[in-house]
Amino acid sequence: MNDDEGRPAAQPPWRTALSDTLPMGAGMVPLGITFGVLVVHSGLAWWWAPAFSGLIYAGSLEFLLIGLVLTATPLSAIALTTLLVNARHVFYCLSFPLHRVQGRLGRLYARFALIDEAYALTASRPAETFTSRRILWTQAQLHSYWVGGGLLGALLGGVVPASLRGLEFALTALFTVLALEAIKAGAEIRTPILAAACALLSGWLAPGQLLLVAMSAFLAVLALSELLRRAHA
Amino acid sequence: MNFYDEPMPDAGYLAATVAIAATITFALRAVPFLLVEWLRASASIRHFSRRMPAGLMVILLAYLLHASGADTASSLVPRAAGALVTIGLHLKRGNALLSVFAGTATFVVLVNAVPGLNP
Repeated sequence: MNDDEGRPAAQPPWRTALSDTLPMGAGMVPLGITFGVLVVHSGLAWWWAPAFSGLIYAGSLEFLLIGLVLTATPLSAIALTTLLVNARHVFYCLSFPLHRVQGRLGRLYARFALIDEAYALTASRPAETFTSRRILWTQAQLHSYWVGGGLLGALLGGVVPASLRGLEFALTALFTVLALEAIKAGAEIRTPILAAACALLSGWLAPGQLLLVAMSAFLAVLALSELLRRAHA
Repeated sequence: MNFYDEPMPDAGYLAATVAIAATITFALRAVPFLLVEWLRASASIRHFSRRMPAGLMVILLAYLLHASGADTASSLVPRAAGALVTIGLHLKRGNALLSVFAGTATFVVLVNAVPGLNP
């Protein structure tokens, strides 16, 4: 087995990717099941769960959309909601190692499947550690956890009542670990402290738009400090 | 089966919803990459993008902690307990799977076994 550069690799890329994505799966599958159950409990046909999860592939937006379609929200409002909820993704191009991905189709898929979890697994490590196949396997595995969980929830949703609550916290616990790892990997502590301050302030001032407001504020301050740093240099 | 007293949305409307949401989401993820080669050439942007991941992770975590329920004491307690167990164990042992499992177990036990606590 060789990696993309032709060197002998210790293990196949799908296996390396799997050890990265399995902890993610522990959070994404229960959350996906919750989504699938919501779809059928809302009265929609079961196959809308894989259609939403596979094609839109944006977890928090999908939960919102179910509520919106049930109240016959106009398509223009659905477009605006999508734009606001997913606007954060425009920032991910700066650290996601797309330049490591080879092939037209591969690069197309890597852009399509650039969810928070894929960004989290790739952005805080050096891009050189990633081969094309490792990145694509990582994204395909995350995609299958999400769609698979949704499918499972949609098929079981009519039969099994939600008895054990709170399994979806696995995703929160996972992002706790990822945030800790990213803080350890970064040299300075003031960046995560600044981000936490932005999140707290946004949660207080704009609780409905915490993600977008906090990320914009954080990036604005970061850009400002970069300009000041250059002015001093 | 329906939670709401609205007529069921028809398939054409649902298909249009999926198409619009999927197209906009894809555009938000894909279009910025057209600028990225130009952005990467700048030293400032490189410095910027090195500092960014840790901050964005912290904000995503804050969002998850915030979005998982109404901010009442009964839902804050299990979330705070789950997060603290995860952080403590991860700083001590550094095993991601173990930290996630223990944090989730703490949360699940609290919201299922303690009356008055909610997810």
